[in-house]
Amino acid sequence: MAHASNTAPVATALPSPLNPAEPLIFEVSRAGRSASAQRPIGLPEIRLSAKFRRQVAPGLPQVSELQAVRHFTRLSKLNFSIDTHFYPLGSCTMKYNPRACNTLAMLPQFLGRHPLAPETNSQGFLACMYELQEMLKDVTGMAGVSLTPMAGAQGEFAGVAMIRAYHRARNDLARTEILVPDAAHGTNPATATMLGMTVREIPTDAEGDVDLEKLAAVVGPQTAGIMLTNPSTLGVFERNIAKIAKLVHEAGGLLYYDGANLNAILGEVRPGDMGFDVIHMNLHKTFSTPHGGGGPGAGAVGVSQRLLPFMPIPVVGKAGESNYRWLDEKDLPQTIGRLSAFMGNAGVLLRAYVYARLLGREGMHRVAEFATLNANYLQARLRDLGFDLAYPKRKATHEFIVTLKRQKQEIDLTATDIAKRLLDYGYHAPTVYFPLLVPECLLIEPTETEDKETLDAFVAALCAIWEEAKRDIAFVKGAPYQMPVRRLDDVRAARQLDIRYVAATGVSAR
Amino acid sequence: MPFIPHTETDVAEMLAAIGAPSIDSLFGEIPAELRCKGLSQVPERVSEMEIARLMHGRAAQDGTLLNFCGAGAYEHHVPAAVWEIATRGEFYSAYTPYQAEASQGTLQLLYEYQSMMCALTGMEVSNASLYDGASALAEALLMAVRANSANNGGKVLMPQAVHPYYREVVASITDAQGIQPQPIGYDPVSGATSLEQLRAHEGQGITAVVIQQPNFFGVLEDVDAITDWAQANGALVVAVVNPVSLGLLQPPGLWGAKGVDIVCGEGQPLGAPLSSGGPYFGFLTARQVFVRQMPGRIVGRTVDLDGKPGYTLTLQAREQHIRRSKATSNICTNQGLLVTAATIHMSLLGPEGLESTAVHSMANTQALVEALTAIPGVSAAFDGERFHEAVIRLPQAASQVLAGLAERGIFGGFDLSQHYPALGSALLVCATETRTAEDIARYAAALREILSAH
Repeated sequence: MAHASNTAPVATALPSPLNPAEPLIFEVSRAGRSASAQRPIGLPEIRLSAKFRRQVAPGLPQVSELQAVRHFTRLSKLNFSIDTHFYPLGSCTMKYNPRACNTLAMLPQFLGRHPLAPETNSQGFLACMYELQEMLKDVTGMAGVSLTPMAGAQGEFAGVAMIRAYHRARNDLARTEILVPDAAHGTNPATATMLGMTVREIPTDAEGDVDLEKLAAVVGPQTAGIMLTNPSTLGVFERNIAKIAKLVHEAGGLLYYDGANLNAILGEVRPGDMGFDVIHMNLHKTFSTPHGGGGPGAGAVGVSQRLLPFMPIPVVGKAGESNYRWLDEKDLPQTIGRLSAFMGNAGVLLRAYVYARLLGREGMHRVAEFATLNANYLQARLRDLGFDLAYPKRKATHEFIVTLKRQKQEIDLTATDIAKRLLDYGYHAPTVYFPLLVPECLLIEPTETEDKETLDAFVAALCAIWEEAKRDIAFVKGAPYQMPVRRLDDVRAARQLDIRYVAATGVSAR
Repeated sequence: MPFIPHTETDVAEMLAAIGAPSIDSLFGEIPAELRCKGLSQVPERVSEMEIARLMHGRAAQDGTLLNFCGAGAYEHHVPAAVWEIATRGEFYSAYTPYQAEASQGTLQLLYEYQSMMCALTGMEVSNASLYDGASALAEALLMAVRANSANNGGKVLMPQAVHPYYREVVASITDAQGIQPQPIGYDPVSGATSLEQLRAHEGQGITAVVIQQPNFFGVLEDVDAITDWAQANGALVVAVVNPVSLGLLQPPGLWGAKGVDIVCGEGQPLGAPLSSGGPYFGFLTARQVFVRQMPGRIVGRTVDLDGKPGYTLTLQAREQHIRRSKATSNICTNQGLLVTAATIHMSLLGPEGLESTAVHSMANTQALVEALTAIPGVSAAFDGERFHEAVIRLPQAASQVLAGLAERGIFGGFDLSQHYPALGSALLVCATETRTAEDIARYAAALREILSAH
């Protein structure tokens, strides 16, 4: 059989084929072993009542420094990452994270600065934050920026909270409905609910734009606002944005911009110019701060003039010509308040600042240009090779959607199958089954930092997998074969819940 | 062009394949009148060498103060290996492990993290992180409303001895969701939460009682009595704890007769540098019965097609990308890299290392209190037992004293006058294991000098 060489598990790197599972760190733990160089020498006497004192030591691993270093280094090698693999995960903007951003954000003085340190000893840090605010204002066309939200979803929360605060400040209390297109990220409706709003879905038309008639039918005095991503999650630019803005504004509602896809339009068209009143930016997407295996992100928010008083605190302001200071509730008495104990993910913001300075004015719009070029190139290549586009009449933005509806009907090849087999070819899968509107979809976002050769090789891999599926669909459905594990039993994971290690020796505290 | 690999030939070939005359034409669907006319506030680009010079200069401008402030962010030794490994590209530049087979490193690490947090807090289930300690408390209270079916009205007893910024964040995040925090005062002598004031709410449909241990003043609360009282009154107990303290202190899972219901807190002391307040991470653990009410990612162990053990995101039906407007929270991206660091940190410290860190911090703070209160006019505000922070009363305005200390290169603590005016001029001070006897003597000498100058 043509694939015989692929059916046997191959040890790509780690763990070894003779002992395929990397043990848990608890399994190499031994009582009495420790990395003693890591802690202070000696144990001073303290006075502590017995009732406060822990009676049984916590079941943390007891390992040597080498054991810990080797274990976690080995675990790292079981991951795909931008540094090791093409990662075209749609809607996530997995672009290269420049190393300089990390190195310079981790200078000892920045790492050692206490969040409550006096402003007199914080001017260097505050200058970076102030300048980042100014650059973000410029590139989004907004009147003010607060950097404090700690992720996109918290930025969304801040945004809708400001919309709510705005209406309440005007005693316009009936506005309790948030409009969300059916293609929106799940965070949008979840956020609206957290703010006590009722969510109303707006359908999308056949070409991927918001259905204007349906929108016109539902806006009214109960409308607090609409949450839009533009380009939308369908990978197309919302062409009627000006009409939507007019409709919603005339009804007394505000427009919220979900910045998940800002990479597509950076420096080309600004949310403020499109009529948005409030936006969040995912700095871990557009401004290339690391995704870190699931965070930290940073979800800075930008606001139009009328929402300035409501920004989350703290914000960095100027004190005189060359000094900076924190603005808090004394400066912004109508603020929606504090969203983190201190000022959010400061270290992430420093990385974004360095990135923005390295890009500079010209670099900003080059991001959008080359992200768009790469996506349109991939889209054209795949279309020409017979893949179906979800929106064939539209230009791609920074991402686009391939639908495998036909392949599913003809040969039972699904989005999951392609995703899993791509891993064997050394590519992270695109986003699958999102947006929910398009059956068997692959949402593909190459980003501007990928070279043409990588894109061509990815196209070749997709074609090869399709060919494999035509010959032997069962083989493709068995993928992946080259990963540390094969397809995992998700049903068992949920039904026979095992979410912590309970040692046979009773190492756990309970 | 920074970070863009395209040659002119590439661009020409790609445009030809697309059938487009120019890159600009790819933006043709954007209405022309909306196109950006150019940026004015973004400066011209600089090279890596130039930005390095600028950042080194700004870092040097801020310098490093000798730090005696905690107040929710603690300076601890972080083993060199922690960030060496956490910043490996394979961890640093990966994303949420949606493709489990290609993310086993992150997933297994998160499973180990969840196990460690359960062991540390004495609870049965843990999520894979929230943003920070303050937002974790807000999420814990929203979870308590979902979990406490008998008393889901949202009335929460919130001691004033809980971190004031945490209380502010709870207000911001839960304001629209019906949580009504009721302030509970503290005993002015001991600094511990007043049991009497708690008892005033007896039998009044309480959803949750919050206990911070140690509390914001560093004082140890009578957690057993509060837990038992709260549970007898149909309330869930939400503990806010410092994870380093749990190397030494009784875990919340063993407070009172039955243990608490939900535990949350700030993960920063486990391997995250102070870093101006973030990125840190929030943790959340709970009893098993509440697992479906938890917010955030959870990793489970399962098997693959061949029966080999593996790890995957599980119970995703709680989450926004599945449940949308009915999700337990809107959280998506959390603080994965910080959890990576914390897991490595806890592995390197182990139970002995964590206890040693806790004991040294406690002893150093005791030595600091003794050195400072030996100065005329300076006294300890409370007589309750404490962990590694203390409230010190000063004979002069705290803000002036702090300014004087800063001039001498010392960050002397958190000025409590804004949040606790009843305490008069008072500082919250902290000396972790990173402070030496010389450091403490330097602080005491500087304070003596400042106070005697007036």
